[in-house]
Amino acid sequence: MSTHFFSDTSVLLGRSLRHIFRSADTIITTAITPIAIMLLFVYVLGGAIKAGTDNYVNYLLPGIMLIAIASGIAYTAFRLFMDLKSGIFERFHSMPISRSSVLWAHVLTSVIANLLSVVIIVLVGLMMGFRTSAGPLAWLSVGGILVLFTLALTWVAVIAGLGASTIEGASAFSYPLIFLPFVSSAFVPTKTMPGPVRWFAENQPVTSIVNSIQDLFAQRPVGSDLWIALAWCLGILVIAYAFANAAYRRKMA
Amino acid sequence: MTTTAIHVRGLEKSYKDLHVLRGVDFEVASGTIFALLGSNGTGKTTIVKILSTLLKADAGSAAVEGFDVVGEARQVRESISLTGQFAAVDEILTGKENLVLVARLRHVRNPGHVAEDLLSQFDLVDAGSRRVATYSGGMRRRLDIAMSLIGDPKVIFLDEPTTGLDPEARLEVWKIVKKLANQGTTVLLTTQYLDEAEQLADRIAILHSGRIIANGTLAELKGLLPPAKIEYVEKQPSLEDIFLALVGNRASVGDRASVGSRESVEDMS
Repeated sequence: MSTHFFSDTSVLLGRSLRHIFRSADTIITTAITPIAIMLLFVYVLGGAIKAGTDNYVNYLLPGIMLIAIASGIAYTAFRLFMDLKSGIFERFHSMPISRSSVLWAHVLTSVIANLLSVVIIVLVGLMMGFRTSAGPLAWLSVGGILVLFTLALTWVAVIAGLGASTIEGASAFSYPLIFLPFVSSAFVPTKTMPGPVRWFAENQPVTSIVNSIQDLFAQRPVGSDLWIALAWCLGILVIAYAFANAAYRRKMA
Repeated sequence: MTTTAIHVRGLEKSYKDLHVLRGVDFEVASGTIFALLGSNGTGKTTIVKILSTLLKADAGSAAVEGFDVVGEARQVRESISLTGQFAAVDEILTGKENLVLVARLRHVRNPGHVAEDLLSQFDLVDAGSRRVATYSGGMRRRLDIAMSLIGDPKVIFLDEPTTGLDPEARLEVWKIVKKLANQGTTVLLTTQYLDEAEQLADRIAILHSGRIIANGTLAELKGLLPPAKIEYVEKQPSLEDIFLALVGNRASVGDRASVGSRESVEDMS
């Protein structure tokens, strides 16, 4: 990393943030589908779902946040792809700037944009009856997990954005990610699911993250789920980061 | 003023089975305009990308301002500026914001002031606060070149700077390029337009089949053909004739009769 890493990253971050604030639709569309799902599950299906809680919004909200993030990171692949196509990447790379700044600016933009979407979702959740007695520390922990989850998935999106040959390909990879929360404890407890499905649901990253956030919001002691969640996020982050950087070097060599 | 700004030796590059560059040699003197002339797909852009540290050659060496493009890439990037084939501007930002962005990344003092200066130099003051998405092709190209001038790079690469521009915008770009060279900037220009090379360049190199097959001033290139035997009408061979003769079937290079008679027929009719 070069001496200019931080100043270059902040200049490029400023640029991408201008992009998202000038087309705020990316934040709103990221929030709107998860909100629709939340409305559907709370007001249409919720009455018939036995999640073992008297407030289904409380149960549902963590999973909805993850769905928002899983869909929101596709915009990073999209923006990266557009930068590659437009030649602005080459302009940056022929300049004496820190090369890793170019990717980090996109990744940090993703974190900020997704957190804004999550804030919108929490506000809608509050209107729908979401209540928590969580203190500042618990909120910070929830924020930390979500940032880590976003970072991990965004680096996956970077791989897709660098490797895609079409704009559709750059964005489509996130579709399966959006479905992961459906086969997890996000909507119903996993113990209601048949054997193999239950096994999958209990051993995929989303369940441990959802459980951790549910516990933090409910002020319950957080069990081993938190460590499993952190391990998943860090593991995906490290592997995706390595692959993204390898793809990046290949692109530039 | 005989220092060498760009030095290229034995450059080779393949994309899978496609052997694009097969040993390219040339030198560009400081403060001159050098045109790389060639049809589409002959590897002009590949050379520019190697020189601007975006691509690694398979073999050979290249140096810009005395710095090796591989070993001293950072110093090379500090000396150069690239204006790629397609205007590399940010559509969502305004013209001024684009300039400020590059000025900040080049760590020049007073980015806002630099941007204002360039906007007036390039006749973009009124458009400066508008998003680039609303710009015409010529305006984009002007902004693109303006962005390349920030930080006073010693060497500027212009990859097909006028492709897709209307004639008026094209003349504007030509004016800018001439002005740059007058200020002492070295310009390496690629083009597929023969008149562009003829108008702008101090030296012209013709790239064909992965090699430079001719390199010289316009007068020298004209000298490559035997003096025209004028049969009906006196007419100097244009650069186009030279290019096509050199690039086309080599057997017909000396076949003046065919070139001459075609012209005569046209002129007679």
